[in-house]
Order: sequence, then structure tokens, then C-alpha cells
Amino acid sequence: MKVTIFATCMVDMFQGNVGKAAVELLERLGCEIEFPESQVCCGQPAYNSGYVKESKEAMKRMIETFSDAEYVVSPSGSCAFMFNEYPHIFAGDPVWEIKAQTLAEKTYELTQFIVEVLKIEDVGASFEGNVTYHTSCHMTRLLGVKEPPMILLQNVKGLKFTELPGKEQCCGFGGTFAVKMAQISEQMVDEKVRHVEETGVDYLVGADAACLMNIGGRMERLGKPVKVLHIAEVLNSH
Amino acid sequence: MAIKIGTEQFTERVDNGIHDDFMRGAVASAQDGMSMKRKAATTEDLGNWEEWRNHGEEIRQHVLKYLDYYLEQLSENVAKLGGHVFFAQTKEEANEYIRSVVQKKKAKKIVKSKSMMTEEISLNPMLEEEGCEVVETDLGEYILQLDEHDPPSHIVAPALHKNREQVRLVFEKKLGYTKSSNPEELAYQARVTLRKKFLAADIGITGCNFAVAETGSFCLVTNEGNADLVTALPKTQITVMGMERLVPTFEEMEVLVSMLTRNAVGQKLTSYITVLTGPKEELDVDGPEEFHLVIVDNGRSNILGGEFQSVLQCIRCAACINVCPVYRHIGGHSYGSIYPGPIGAVLTPLLGGYDEYKELPYASTLCGACTEVCPVKIPLHNLLHKHREVIVEKEGKAPVSEKLLMKAFGLGAASPTLYKIGSKIVPAAMSPFISGDKISKGPGLLKAWTEIRDFPAPNKERLRDWFKNREKGEKS
Ligand code: SF4
Repeated sequence: MKVTIFATCMVDMFQGNVGKAAVELLERLGCEIEFPESQVCCGQPAYNSGYVKESKEAMKRMIETFSDAEYVVSPSGSCAFMFNEYPHIFAGDPVWEIKAQTLAEKTYELTQFIVEVLKIEDVGASFEGNVTYHTSCHMTRLLGVKEPPMILLQNVKGLKFTELPGKEQCCGFGGTFAVKMAQISEQMVDEKVRHVEETGVDYLVGADAACLMNIGGRMERLGKPVKVLHIAEVLNSH
Repeated sequence: MAIKIGTEQFTERVDNGIHDDFMRGAVASAQDGMSMKRKAATTEDLGNWEEWRNHGEEIRQHVLKYLDYYLEQLSENVAKLGGHVFFAQTKEEANEYIRSVVQKKKAKKIVKSKSMMTEEISLNPMLEEEGCEVVETDLGEYILQLDEHDPPSHIVAPALHKNREQVRLVFEKKLGYTKSSNPEELAYQARVTLRKKFLAADIGITGCNFAVAETGSFCLVTNEGNADLVTALPKTQITVMGMERLVPTFEEMEVLVSMLTRNAVGQKLTSYITVLTGPKEELDVDGPEEFHLVIVDNGRSNILGGEFQSVLQCIRCAACINVCPVYRHIGGHSYGSIYPGPIGAVLTPLLGGYDEYKELPYASTLCGACTEVCPVKIPLHNLLHKHREVIVEKEGKAPVSEKLLMKAFGLGAASPTLYKIGSKIVPAAMSPFISGDKISKGPGLLKAWTEIRDFPAPNKERLRDWFKNREKGEKS
């Protein structure tokens, strides 16, 4: 099966490990990976800040980039959701609405793709460690992907799972919110860190690189020993 | 501005909120308790809650679509019952009408049940100016009134920011209360004091949870029964309602009331659902002899028919406030409005203007928790986003530095070539700030980030380069 990776700009520039793990994992599951060079950013930071005009150009670029793809898979729930928003953003546009719709329909978040399209629930990974999982807001509430990461983690050999208290609460990232409302963001991420600590785990796992960068960055600053991993990295361990 | 509370700027208010440990403790435990109760109440015996939400949304959208028709029907029916109806376009008009009733009745003592609408029009100061003694009879509102008119911090539980000990102190100071901070003892004290006020009142003023167009009735939802007394004892009653707060018939009222109580306080029904239809009739033993209905617009017509119309579907259950992670940490007063939380961040700029409230739409991570719980399916986080769009594109109120940055973003993100060059030079550009594998003190936008958290150092090799360079199938 041909899969086109939508890496996201954050992963491309700052979290290469996540992207590598996603690529290797999908290959191991029998996919043939493509990485179109013309992919840029999905436009979310500008869009969410209210700069709709500015972000539309980036969106059009992305629609074009992935026009030939069979499946578009992203290791970020939030960015995958952004592609799902495109048809609403271009609603009424005679050219772009339909193209946006086509892209939205073939876009999947990584774990969603593995479970729903590849129909694989056990990726054959083994990972020794105590793990908790952060359910990202955009991925669960807006994209509606709740079960797949849980199913996949349950089947990882050696992995011990503890549920995160207050798991439904936002970590305080929110894109530019993290810098625009830094004061509030700090309180939110601190509560999340406290909850992670309460579980006593060694690893915090999540499916959204941005949330992990937020929680991880705060834990690092506070000198907490919990390690942060993207779910692709866990599923790629064997 | 009547919805405005406090005089500080947004960041100052937030700072006060964040440093108020009492308030934060009270809010966090209220939120946790509420969420649990709400979940239980919306999953037990109701069948499919999503279907209820669809139905709730449908009812509210229908009413908004035919608002003219239902308002007319309501007014006619109230008039038929012998009530007086006044339609106030502005808060000033509403206040003037109520002032005239007060003067005509030579009223000196007024009791009120909880009403956000009367907060919105600043009714109490006007009544006090008229020389009236105004007493709030909802326990929460009463506490706030005693505490030097402390503003409400929540639309259902206005004194949510106070803990019992703080309440005890207020009672001690203002009522000479000598007992403990046990809620029952505190409530008893309030009952005793308020009972006398009810008996002596000339006018009772209420808000309105729902008006029923078909019958000209009003429904008030309380847990304390105070609305019963406000409407049963004084000879004159004035009900003040927002112009959108109505339903066609009792059937829809029943649906919305059961959704309201479950979502607001996690109860299948509150202790009292008071329904009133017109003034006292010959055979009635109690009820007002004179009834006035004041229907207030105060900016709502401007919202109707526009891109924010769905905010008028709101039934003021506060579920969105109870799940909001931002409200959790900053509390109600930080919003600077009598309407806090997600509903407040959407509604307040519409009623109070962007000049005063341009920060509110940004006080959200767009996490969608509010949208998920709203019983009438208002897309709150989308509306917050819409506000941002208006602020940036129509109002032009965004900071210049941000505008430039976003322009640059637009160019960079849209152009693969620029992105490629840009992203390639990132490691070099950032190298002065990198220590080990992280950035602890970043420049520009990263500064605010790195004041709180570390930021990862850029990949030495971008993912795209790794992908290109490696031999397919071989693990790096
Ligand atoms: S917006 Fe929805 S959740 Fe919030 S108070 Fe109104 S009805 Fe309740």
C-alpha cells in the first residue's frame, strides 16, 4: 500500500525521531512510503491566530502537494485534523472546496490509519516500561480518534500502562496560546506535569508531537525524570 | 458598561486570578465535582445523550429562526392574561421602564431571584439610586451582595470563587453571625434573614430561564425555592428576560429544562421548577396582582442573522465553564465580564465590543472541551476562532509585530522553496541559543516559550533530508 507521509513542519525541523519512527513503522507494516518534498506547514499556527488569508496560501500548497496521494498519514492528530478543516475553510470556493474535500477524505492520523485502514491491532512491538498516555484534545475531540492508540498500546509486549488522571484536560499548548497566554499556559502544563508525576511512570507517550513538546519541555525545565516519547517511537520498538 | 466587572487590564486580572490560591482551590474542586455529576446525569436513564443534544439544538435554532413570531405570540398571551409587556432595545430603556414601575408603586423594598439579565443591564444600582432596598435572594448572589457587591464569577454558581470560611467571615461581619462555617448553618442564617425580606417586599424581580410563547408562562429553575417566594409574596412582579430566552410550548420547555438541570448541576431535576402564568386570578391564594414582562434586546438583534447567531442558542447551563481548563486556572473575574468561561469569551466581545475585550477570544487553547459538552451544540471553539479572524482581518486590532510575522509565515509556509531554505538554515540560525539538545533561552517568539519550558534543538538533519539520503528499507 502506498502511503504519503505528511510529516508536519515541527517534526520535519525539530522532532526527526518521530518522523523516522513513523516511516519505519509503516514500512514494517508493509507500506511503501513517499515523502513529497514540496510539503510545507499545514497553516494551523496562522489560521488559529485568526490569519485566515495568510494561511490559505499554505493550505492550497498542501492540497496540491498531496493531490496524487492514495493515503496521507500524519504522526500528529492536530495537523491531520487541520486537513479535515480545509473543506470548511474553503467552503463555497468553486475550485478549492472539492480538492480540499478529497484531501480530507484520504487523510489519517498514524494510529488511526494502522487500526482502521491497515486493520492491524498488534504491530508486533515490545517495549519494557511503565507508560502513561496523554490524549490530545484535537486528536480526540475534533478528529474523533480515541480508541486506536489505546488498542495499539495494549498490544505492545512488556508495556505496563497506567491511566493519566485528568486525561481529558488540555495540556496548555494551543499553538500560539503557549506564547500569547504564557502565564495561563504555564498553569495548565504544570497541572498536567503533576498528573504525570502522580502516575509514577517512566514514560509519557502521546500521539501529538506538539503537546509532547509542551509537556516534555516543561518537565525538562523542572528537572523531572519522566521521558517523553511519541507513540510511533514506542510502536517502532522491537 | 454593564457586563464589565473590575477596572484592571486583562493580564493584571489573570495575574490576580492565578495568584488567588483560595479561588483556584474552590474552582478546581467545583469543576471536578461538577464534571463527574454531569457525566452521570447525562448518561443515566436518558437514552442517547447525543440525540438529546441534537434535539436541544434543533429547538433553539427553530426559535431563533422564528423569533419574531414567538416574541409576538408571547407578548399577546401575556397581555391577554392581564400582564404588561415592554420591549427594551437597550439597557437604559429597560431600566427606565422598571424605574417608572417602581415610582408608580412607590416601592421601597425589592426582592430578586437570580438573574444574569438584570446584571447585564445594571439594574441594582439604578434601584438603589431610587432609594430602594434591593435584596438578592439566591444564596450565592446574597453572599456577593453582602460582600460589598463582589461580582459573580460563574453564571450558575455566582459565588463559586469563595469557600465556606470566606462566606462565614462575610456573614460574621455583615449579619453578626456567630456560628460555624458549616453550609447548613450558613444557609439557615440566610433563610432567617431573607424570610423577613420576602414578607416585607413591595416588588419581586425575577429573571427567566424559559418563556413559553404558547401560554405566556415563565419558568424559573432553582434549588432554593427563593424564586417561588419572590413571585408569590410581593404584590408586583417584574420579570426581565433576554429576548432569545423562549420556547414554543411546554413540550420544548420540558426537554430544555431537563437538559439544563442535568448539564448545569448534574441533577435530573432541580428542587424547584417554578412556572408562572400571568398575574394572580380571582381564585388564586397568592401571586402578584400586577405583572410586568421586560424583554431586553441589548445588542442581541445585531447578533441575530450573523455568523455568531448560534451563541444565542445558549441556555446558560455553564457546562462549558465547568470543563474549561483556562477558567479552571484563572477563575471568573479574570474575564472582566459577568459572563466568564467559553460562553463569556464568545458573548462578551459581541455585547461589550472588541476594544474592551479583544483578549478574550485568545484566552483559549481551542481544545474543544466546551463544544463537546454544550447541550445545544454551540460550536464554541469555532466561534472563538471566528472572533480571532474578525479581530485580525476586519477590526485590524492585532499587534503590528504579529501581523508582520504572520505575513512572513504566509509567504514562507506557502512557498516550498522558501520553506526549504528557511528550514535548512534553522539549525544555524538557532545555534547560538542551543545548549546540548535543547534551547533554554530563545529569541523572539521562543522567548515566551522558553521562559517556562525548554524547546528542542532543531534536527541536525531535517526529516526530509534523512528520507532522501537513506537507503530505502535500511534502518538508520
Ligand atoms: S454555551 Fe452551551 S454549555 Fe455554555 S452555558 Fe451556554 S448552553 Fe451551556
